[in-house]
Amino acid sequence: MKTAKGTVFRYGDNVDTDVIIPARYLNTTDAGELAKHCMEDIDKEFASKVKAGDIIVADKNFGCGSSREHAPIAIKASGVSCVIARSFARIFYRNSINIGLPIIECDEAADAIKNGDVVSIDFDTGIITDETTGSSFKGQAFPPFMQKIIDSEGLINYINSK
Amino acid sequence: MSGMTMSQKILAAHAGLDKVEAGQLIEADLDLVLGNDITSPVAIGELKKFTKEGVFDKDKIALVPDHFVPNKDIKSAENCKCVREFAIRNNITNYFEVGKMGIEHALLPEQGLTVAGDLIIGADSHTCTYGALGAFSTGIGSTDMAAGMATGKAWFKVPSAIKFNIVGKPSKWVSGKDVILHIIGMIGVDGALYKSMEFVGEGIKNLTMDDRFTIANMAIEAGGKNGIFPVDDIAIEYMKEHAPNKKYVVYEADEDAVYDEEYTIDLSTLKSTVAYPHLPENTHTFDDIEDIKIDQVVIGSCTNGRIDDLRISAEILNGRHVADGVRCIVIPATQKIYLQAMEEGLIKTFIEAGAIVSTPTCGPCLGGYMGVLASKERCVSTTNRNFVGRMGAIDSEIYLASPAVAAASAITGKLSQPSEVID
Repeated sequence: MKTAKGTVFRYGDNVDTDVIIPARYLNTTDAGELAKHCMEDIDKEFASKVKAGDIIVADKNFGCGSSREHAPIAIKASGVSCVIARSFARIFYRNSINIGLPIIECDEAADAIKNGDVVSIDFDTGIITDETTGSSFKGQAFPPFMQKIIDSEGLINYINSK
Repeated sequence: MSGMTMSQKILAAHAGLDKVEAGQLIEADLDLVLGNDITSPVAIGELKKFTKEGVFDKDKIALVPDHFVPNKDIKSAENCKCVREFAIRNNITNYFEVGKMGIEHALLPEQGLTVAGDLIIGADSHTCTYGALGAFSTGIGSTDMAAGMATGKAWFKVPSAIKFNIVGKPSKWVSGKDVILHIIGMIGVDGALYKSMEFVGEGIKNLTMDDRFTIANMAIEAGGKNGIFPVDDIAIEYMKEHAPNKKYVVYEADEDAVYDEEYTIDLSTLKSTVAYPHLPENTHTFDDIEDIKIDQVVIGSCTNGRIDDLRISAEILNGRHVADGVRCIVIPATQKIYLQAMEEGLIKTFIEAGAIVSTPTCGPCLGGYMGVLASKERCVSTTNRNFVGRMGAIDSEIYLASPAVAAASAITGKLSQPSEVID
């Protein structure tokens, strides 16, 4: 069973790819290097505070803007185990699935979860639990085709396995 | 069963299906896969993980180093070298080296690589630009680009659509940029999330190809999957000139196609429109714009670096001068546009007005180089995004506007509409 558990970093609407990883760092493709600057322009302390397993929770249209896969790569390399948002911009959504960064759309979780809460996620059931408050929420399930890509841990493994 | 939208028809044809519906997952054949110097190196790395080596078709891949070229630093130079060596190794027909390159979304239509009916993916969010010619084209990331280069296919969730019925004729200084900023202001930066934006109506004949490229280009700024225009005489004329040997296919939406929403946009009522920091939806017209002093103007990018944009800017700057304390940076989007601007005397006009003219590059649009902003500086820019830190310091500000507003603002040193400097 796939699960995740960590402390929440809470953000608002329209977190764009320029604040997730500013273009001044796009002269490298090194995931570790990108992670050092992840969320820098919206939250200077993110990169130093984030621990393996931590979770980002945001409002609508997370990841809007550029097609840069460097954005989900930086988040994943930071150790983030899942991004929960009300909605995701479509290219970020694809990119996350394609590189195997778990993402979940869930309005109720976005309504209730606060910065610093400890949250756990059961990916098999889509159940998100705020362990700080004890509340649980059901995230939206992926269509079966996308779930196959996620289960293959990314698009390329999925194509190779066909 | 209801009919299909124009976008759905192109997707169905490329998936070998008679009919598709919104929400359906399909696998479709690609006519072109695009990447640049930022996204291609990641894709090239991913491509190595495929069990099958090589690319699906060396003629159907376009590699355009344009973001940080001519190389801005050693790391950028290494990325470009990676793309160049990949292009040589795989004998990629459409690799555009410095000297031939331009900003990808201005260059590829000009080179005749994008025509009506095509299905195109590009590892750059503004790939939606080619919808101006009646293609279905959309931005994707590097892994999708790698898969597209390897297999010639991509998966799509068939989008529903919003219909924009365009009527009327725009006034003198109103252009495509004002149209799309007005629409984004109206529906918001996620107003078309996951959806097609289909532009139709009798008013389209009053929009030049360059206006349409600008409008389709910024569909992504409303969250759209693609923006698309019907193929009319103006589009056909453009393709005859730029792609005389490439076959195009005209698709039309069914009369009973279903749209999630429909809007009417009367071009005759539109005014010069500006998006304030830090979202493209923060739109204002000059009815409620106060004195906003500026430090820089950028005229260029995949949104507004085409010949019409330079002509409009030059018409306003001609015989006038950039205000003291303002840097005005003009970036023709391709070598051909640069040359044309030179032959028409526009470059002379810009330089005499106190602007600088750069070789084609995305440069300042994404805060790369050639016009990065310092703390608290303000820029009026014809580019497409005004996010926090997009063009430099995180407390700098970008005001998105048309070439006409940008040129007028350069002259006055504050956010200005054209009528403040010219009739």
